[in-house]
Amino acid sequence: MEQVKCECGHVNPHGTVFCESCGKPLEEDTSKKLLDMRYEGSARRSQTYNKTIIDKIWNFFSSVKVGVWLIVITLVASAIGTIFPQEMYIPPNVSPAEYYKDQYGWAGKLYYELGFNNLYGSWWYMLLIASIGVSLVICSLDRVIPLYRALQKQGVTRHPTFLQRQRLFSASQVADENRVFSQMKERLIKRRYHVREENGNILAEKGRFSRWGPYVNHIGLIIFLIGAMLRFVPGMYVDKVLWIREGETKEIPGTGGKYFLKNEKFIFEVYEKGKDNEVFNAAIDRVGNGTVAKTYQTNVVLYKRVGPIVPGEEPKLKKVKEYNIRVNEPLKYDHYALYQVDFKMNEPNKMAFNLIDKATNQSFGTVTVDLHNPQSSYNLGNGYRVELLSYFPDFYFDDDGNPATKSKIPNNPAFVFKMITPDKPKGEVSFVAIRQTIEPFGNNKYKMAFAGLDTRNVSGLTVRRDFTLWILGIGGVIFMIGLIQGMYWNHRRIWLQRVNGEVWLAAHTNKNWFGLKNEMKHIIEGTGLAMPIDQAEVEKKAAQGGDRNGATK
Amino acid sequence: MAQLSSTLLYIAFILYLIGTFFFGGAIRDKKEKPSTNRWSMLGIVITIVGFVSQLGYFITRWIAAGHAPVSNLFEFTTFFGMMLVGAFIIIYFIYKISVLGLFTLPVALLVIAYASMFPREITPLIPALQSDWLHIHVTTAAAGEAILAVSFAAGLIYLIRVVDQSKPSKRTFWLEVIMFCLITTLGFVAVSTAFSLADYEAKFTWVDKNKQQAEVVYDMPALVGPHKGTLEKESADRFEPLVHMPAIINAKKLNTVIWSLIGGTVLYLLLRLVLRKRIAAALQPLVKHVNLDLTDEISYRAVAIGFPVFTLGALIFAMIWAQIAWTRFWGWDPKEVWALITWLFYAAFLHLRLSRGWHGEKSAWLAVIGFAIIMFNLVAVNLVIAGLHSYAGS
Amino acid sequence: MKKQRLVVRTVILLLLLSAVGYTIYSNFFTEKTSIKVGATAPDFVLTDLNGKSHRLSDYRGKGVFLNFWGTWCKPCEREMPYINRQYEAYKQQGVEVLAVNVGEPKLSVQKFIDQFGLTFPVAIDREDQVMNAYDIDQLPATFLIDKNGKIKKIITGTMTEEMVQQYMESIKP
Repeated sequence: MEQVKCECGHVNPHGTVFCESCGKPLEEDTSKKLLDMRYEGSARRSQTYNKTIIDKIWNFFSSVKVGVWLIVITLVASAIGTIFPQEMYIPPNVSPAEYYKDQYGWAGKLYYELGFNNLYGSWWYMLLIASIGVSLVICSLDRVIPLYRALQKQGVTRHPTFLQRQRLFSASQVADENRVFSQMKERLIKRRYHVREENGNILAEKGRFSRWGPYVNHIGLIIFLIGAMLRFVPGMYVDKVLWIREGETKEIPGTGGKYFLKNEKFIFEVYEKGKDNEVFNAAIDRVGNGTVAKTYQTNVVLYKRVGPIVPGEEPKLKKVKEYNIRVNEPLKYDHYALYQVDFKMNEPNKMAFNLIDKATNQSFGTVTVDLHNPQSSYNLGNGYRVELLSYFPDFYFDDDGNPATKSKIPNNPAFVFKMITPDKPKGEVSFVAIRQTIEPFGNNKYKMAFAGLDTRNVSGLTVRRDFTLWILGIGGVIFMIGLIQGMYWNHRRIWLQRVNGEVWLAAHTNKNWFGLKNEMKHIIEGTGLAMPIDQAEVEKKAAQGGDRNGATK
Repeated sequence: MAQLSSTLLYIAFILYLIGTFFFGGAIRDKKEKPSTNRWSMLGIVITIVGFVSQLGYFITRWIAAGHAPVSNLFEFTTFFGMMLVGAFIIIYFIYKISVLGLFTLPVALLVIAYASMFPREITPLIPALQSDWLHIHVTTAAAGEAILAVSFAAGLIYLIRVVDQSKPSKRTFWLEVIMFCLITTLGFVAVSTAFSLADYEAKFTWVDKNKQQAEVVYDMPALVGPHKGTLEKESADRFEPLVHMPAIINAKKLNTVIWSLIGGTVLYLLLRLVLRKRIAAALQPLVKHVNLDLTDEISYRAVAIGFPVFTLGALIFAMIWAQIAWTRFWGWDPKEVWALITWLFYAAFLHLRLSRGWHGEKSAWLAVIGFAIIMFNLVAVNLVIAGLHSYAGS
Repeated sequence: MKKQRLVVRTVILLLLLSAVGYTIYSNFFTEKTSIKVGATAPDFVLTDLNGKSHRLSDYRGKGVFLNFWGTWCKPCEREMPYINRQYEAYKQQGVEVLAVNVGEPKLSVQKFIDQFGLTFPVAIDREDQVMNAYDIDQLPATFLIDKNGKIKKIITGTMTEEMVQQYMESIKP
C-alpha cells in the first residue's frame, strides 16, 4: 500500500515528513531551513485517510485546532454563566423567572430566557464538555501511536541533511576524531544521557518519557470525565438533606434505613471582643461585635439499625459513635458523610398558656402545648378544661381568608381553643396566634394568655455518599503526574556523526532550548568541537535585516 | 507582633522599589554584561532581602493571628505579590536577565499597593475557613498564579521590544491599553490614598433594590450617588453627586472605579505629555538589548512551570477542600468557574504553542490575556460577582 | 489494513457516542429518584389512626393505591374526596388505599379525616422512614402497586377523579 521507502532502506507509512530511521526528508520542502520536529515528522493518521463519514468525524475531532476552539467556546460559555448568579444560588422560595427580572432588569430577563440561569447543567454545555472529552481521546490516539513508532524506530546514523536542518548544529574539524567521540560519550553518560552507538556515530538521548506526559495527562482527564459521567449512574451518588432538632433521633435519608442519627445539641458561636484573640478586635469592630460566626457544630450520636429493616417499624438501634460535626469536619462512616450546612435557631417546641379571666386576670391553670404533637384536650381541674379545636403550626390566612398552615413546621403556631369553664359550660372559642387573639363569636370572658415558649435549635445536615470520588481522585493524580512529566522534564537528543572528515554535532529538545544550550556548552568544553549555532536565531536575525527598532530613531 | 508584621511588609515594599531602580540601572550600564554587572547584583540582593522581609511579615502575622494570613483580600493579594517576587527570584537565577526585574517588581509593587487599599486588620476565621486546606489551597493557587504572572512580565517585555512604534497600529493601541490598565491601578492607589489621608467621608441614606432605606459611607467624593441617595446631616457639606444610579448598581464601587479611571487617565496623560510618545515607545529603549528568543522562552517556561502548580492549587486542592467544607468538590461558584476559565485558557495557550506553533509575539499576547484573566478573577470576581468566595472582599 | 482502521475508528466513536448519549439521557430524561417503576415497592409497616397496623407486603394479591399527603398541601386536599369516592367503588374489587401522612400531629390529621369523611386507612409516618424509603420530595405523590407488589406507576401532582378511577382500575387484581 501507499508506503514510502527511504534510500536508507526503511519503509515509512504514507504521510511521513522525514524518514523514521535516518531522518532524511521525504517530502522536500525547501522553503524552510529547519525541520519541523513536531511529532517527529510522523504521519498523523487522520490526515492521510479521509474517505468515509466515520473518517471525516474522526478527522474533525483529531484536529488540535478544533480542540482549541472547543476549549475557547467552553471558556466563553463558562464566563457567561458567572454574569448573574446561577439558579442554585438564588433564594429557594422565589420563582427564577421573577427573580432574574426583579433583580437585574431586562438583562436578567434575557439571561433567564436564554436559559443561562442553569447554564452549567444545560444540554449544550454538557455536550461541549463531552466534545472536549471526545477530542481528547481521538487527538491522543492519533498522535501517540505514530509518535511511539517514530521514537522506537529512530536510527542512530542520520542522513546528513537531518543534522544540518536541526536548530542546533555545528560542523567541526578535529585532530583526533576517536578521542573526541570517546570523550563525548563519557561526558554524555555522565550527564545521564542514554547513548547508542552505530558505525561510530552517536545518538545520546534523555528524558524521552517526558514525551508521554501530554498523553498521560489526557488519560487522567478522560478518567476524570468518566468519573463525572458515573455520577448519573443510579446508586453512585447520594445527596440528601436532614433537618434534625435537638433531642430528636431520625433516620438518615439515603442510607436505606440503615443508620439513625441523634442530635444532642447544636452550637452556634460568634467572635466576641474580650473573649477572643485581641488582634481580631479591629476587624470585629468594623463589622460589628457578635456578627462574625465562629462555630457551627452539631453534637450527634450515630446509630445503626439492627435486625431486618422495615420502614415504619420501631427501630432497634445500636450506638456506633459520638461525633461533633462541624463545618470542615464532617462525620464519615461507611462511605457516608454528614456535613454541617445549615441551622435554625430557636424553633418553637412547646408553648404554654394560662387560662385567665380577662377581667380579674385570675389564672385557672396552665396549658402546655407540644407543638409537634398537641393533645386535643387539657383538663385543668375544678371544671376548667381547654380543648384544642384546630392547630396551625405554620399559620397564615389562605386565599379564601381561612386560617391555614404552610407546612408542618411550627414556625408560627396558631390555635383555636375552646375554653370550658364552670360558668361557660358550652365553652368560649378563641383563636390564638403569636401576638394576636381573635374571638370569632363575640367578646369572651376568658382568654388564653401566653405564658412561655420553649424552643429548640435545628441543625441542617447534608448527607452524601459519592462512589465517583475515588475515580475522580485517580484521574486527578494521573493528570498531575502527566503534567509534571511533560512540563518539568524535557526530551533532549544529541547526534554526533562523522561526515566527510568532519564531526557533525546536532541537538534537539522539545522545550527549554536555553537549558540545552547551556548543557551543550559544558559537554563540548575542551573537546575542540564547535559550539552548535542556534539556527533559529540566525534565521530570525537575517529576516529582520538588522535592527529595526522604530522608537529609537 | 502585628505591628512588627506591618513594619516588615512596609520595609519589603520599599526594598522592592529600590530593587526596581537597581535593575533599571543594570540595563543602563553599558560597560558590562547586564546579567553580571554590579547594578543587577545589588538589585537581586535587595530584592531577596525584601522577599525575606515580606516572608517575615507573613510568618509574624501568621503567629499573631493563629492562622495563615491568606484569609481576606488584603492578605491574599499581598501574598500573591510575594509569590510573584519569589517566582521572579527563581527565574532570575535560571536566566539572569535584569530587565525581567525591571518589569516584574513594579507589577508586584502595584499588586501590594492595591492590596493595602483594602481593610488590613487581622480577621478572625469564619467556620468555612477553619481548615488546614486554607493555607494549602490558597498558597499553592497564589504561587501558581504568580508564576503565570512572570510569563506576563516576559510577554510584555517581548511586546515592547517587538511592536513597531514608528507608526500607530492595532498592536501599538493594545499595548497602550495594557500600559493604561497598569497605570489605572496606580491611579486607584493614588486616589484612595489621597482621600484616606484627607479623611474624606460622606454618609448617604439611600433606597436599595428591595426598596429598603439603607446607609452607605463613601470615602471618595460621590461623582455617582446611590439610588435616591441624600447626604446625611453630618456630611451635609460634602460633595453632591452629579448623577444617581439605579438601585441594582453598586454606586459606591462604581464611584471608586470612576475615580480610579480619572486618576489613571490624568497620570497617563501627564506621562504622555512629559515623554511626548507612547508609554510603550518610551520603554522600548530599556529592552533594546533583550534576546527575543530567550524572552519568549522565559514566558513559555513560566507557563510550563506555573500551569501544573496552578492546576494543583486552584483546581485539585480546591476541589478536595470544597468536598470537605462545602460537601461537593465542584459547585459552579463564580470563583471556581473563573479558576476553570484560567485553566482552560492556559491549556489552550499550551496547545496553540505546542501543536500549532504559536511562538513569539502571538504567545506573548496570550500571556498578557492570561494575566488579565487572573487579575479579573482576583479583583472583579471578589468585588463584583457575589459568590461563596466573596467573604474575601468585604 | 484500511478496513481494519475503519472498524477500529467506528468502534471507538460508537463507544464515545454511547457514553455521551447515556449521560445526557440519564441526566435529562430519567427520574432522579431511587424508586423506579417496575421495581418492588419497599415494604413498610404503619399503624393507622384507628390503631390498625398495615404492612404493605400483607396486601400481596391486591392492588395498593399508596398516597402521600399533608394537610397543608392544597392539591392533596383537592384529590382526597376523589380517592375517597373511588375507594368506595374499588375496595370490593381488591384495591386498597393507604394514605400516608407526612408526619403531622395526630390532631391535625384526625381533623382532616373527619372533615372529608375519609373511609380508607390513614397512617402517620412520624419518623419520615416511609417517606425516605419512597424518596418523597414533593406532595402529593401516589404509587400504584400491583398485586405482585411491583410499582406500576408513580404520579406526582394532582389527579382528577377520572385519573384516580383509571389508576385504580389499572391495579385491580
